[in-house]
Amino acid sequence: MNDLSQKVAIVGVAESDLGYVPDKTALQLQAQAAERALDDAGLGKNDIDGLFCANRSEIEGCLMGEYLGIRPGYFETTNSGGSSFESFVGHAACAIRAGLCHTALICYGSTALSNRKNNSPPTMSILPQDPQSQFEDPYGGWLIAAYALAAQRHMFQYGTTSEQLAEIAVSTRKWASLNPVAQMRDPLNIQDVLNSTIISTPLHQRDCCLVNDGGGAIILTSLERARNLNKTPVLILGFGEHYAHRGISNMPDLTTTAAKVSGEQALRRAGLTVKDIDVLELYDSFTITVLLQLEDLGFCAKGEGGSFVEGQRLAPGGLLPANTSGGGLSYLHTGMFGIFLLIEAARQLRRECGPRQVPDASIALCNGIGGMLASSATVILGRE
Amino acid sequence: MSEYKKPIPVITSETAQYWDSAQKHDLHIQKCCNCNRFYFYPRDNCPFCFSNKVEWTRVTGKGKIYSFTVSYRYTSEGFRNEIPYNIAIVELEEGIRMMTNIVGCENDDLRIGMPVEIIYEDITDTVTLPKFKPTIP
Repeated sequence: MNDLSQKVAIVGVAESDLGYVPDKTALQLQAQAAERALDDAGLGKNDIDGLFCANRSEIEGCLMGEYLGIRPGYFETTNSGGSSFESFVGHAACAIRAGLCHTALICYGSTALSNRKNNSPPTMSILPQDPQSQFEDPYGGWLIAAYALAAQRHMFQYGTTSEQLAEIAVSTRKWASLNPVAQMRDPLNIQDVLNSTIISTPLHQRDCCLVNDGGGAIILTSLERARNLNKTPVLILGFGEHYAHRGISNMPDLTTTAAKVSGEQALRRAGLTVKDIDVLELYDSFTITVLLQLEDLGFCAKGEGGSFVEGQRLAPGGLLPANTSGGGLSYLHTGMFGIFLLIEAARQLRRECGPRQVPDASIALCNGIGGMLASSATVILGRE
Repeated sequence: MSEYKKPIPVITSETAQYWDSAQKHDLHIQKCCNCNRFYFYPRDNCPFCFSNKVEWTRVTGKGKIYSFTVSYRYTSEGFRNEIPYNIAIVELEEGIRMMTNIVGCENDDLRIGMPVEIIYEDITDTVTLPKFKPTIP
């Protein structure tokens, strides 16, 4: 990656219509985001020769290529959950650097909220004979319970409290209040979080992300080419990825995620330390997800995440601006949130964020988490 | 037996011995003959050293709660009438962990580190689920 650092740039980013979009399919949302990202970059569809897609359908990449009319010379359609898009940035940078493609489009769209309202069945599921189906489902294991198991263990081992987890929901909401397209912008305080419905102990409703419709797209190309395009190039400085399990009962340590490895890889490859990070975009499927990433990425020691987030450290004006869009907790969550972390980080580094702009933001770290705290991919971005 | 509505494990050739032993109320898990480590869930090859020389060993059935949650939502219809219900990960004396439910204990009394021992719940004529209850000292 040292050979890759500062050679490839994000040149276009965009969201589709967001929130509740009952009149559009996931394909429409992706195409809309892709069109807007191309406009953002000042590129056309025929400039794209690398396509990276992950979604709930089989062979998603071929479907998107067909739908968009893109027949790429390089493609990836791997699904590693919410971190897929951080992985794609790293893989696209490698492919561009190796000359396998020149300009890559990463896109994603979801109608998670519309699907829920329509009672649509999930389009992709684990096979009945898979280990998770055999050894977890009979006991009623499910996604939020998996994160709750991790939170409970962290509380037991390190004395972390629900109030400390609530600090994360509150600081994220403050950022959302500054983002006009965030879905939940009303003030929220710690007591509100603690008073919200228990979903799976110790997680309350406001410890959990939203469910929305929405799509996103990102375009990458070589730095040489990026310099001639519309927007300030956002350089890929470092990348890492890792996973250690699939089902939560196979997680080697419920208090340590794969971000420990992916983050260390990304920082080393970028030649940076956590002290260099101006803006942090962490996967916030749940408050506990943020707390674990802060520790695993090295922003604080293992076990100290609870006290670290106290006093609204992550909020606007705080010492460590984090999840500046309002995150999955308050801005938007569509099932696989990772692409939106990258879009927000690029905008922060381009200094387009208006009232929520982090002053002089020059280096951002995005960390995606997929599955049941299973996969992690870290991308470090910067300005030239 | 009344109709059982929760998910029922779909058993494969490499997990059959585990589920058979559960049905006999005599749970066996696998141990690698090459690196001598226990592992779970059942697999043809050891996930540590990848040896295919593995053996089945009867569990002590004793362990401790590694973590738990009390869920107020359900995703599988069979749990509808049981919310709130607990989901636990138990660490057995052999060092392996498994997801389970704790029975014979109020949800409010569950604690991480609580000593537990295995019990068997015959959910159908052919399938038995291992579960755990607090060990009475």
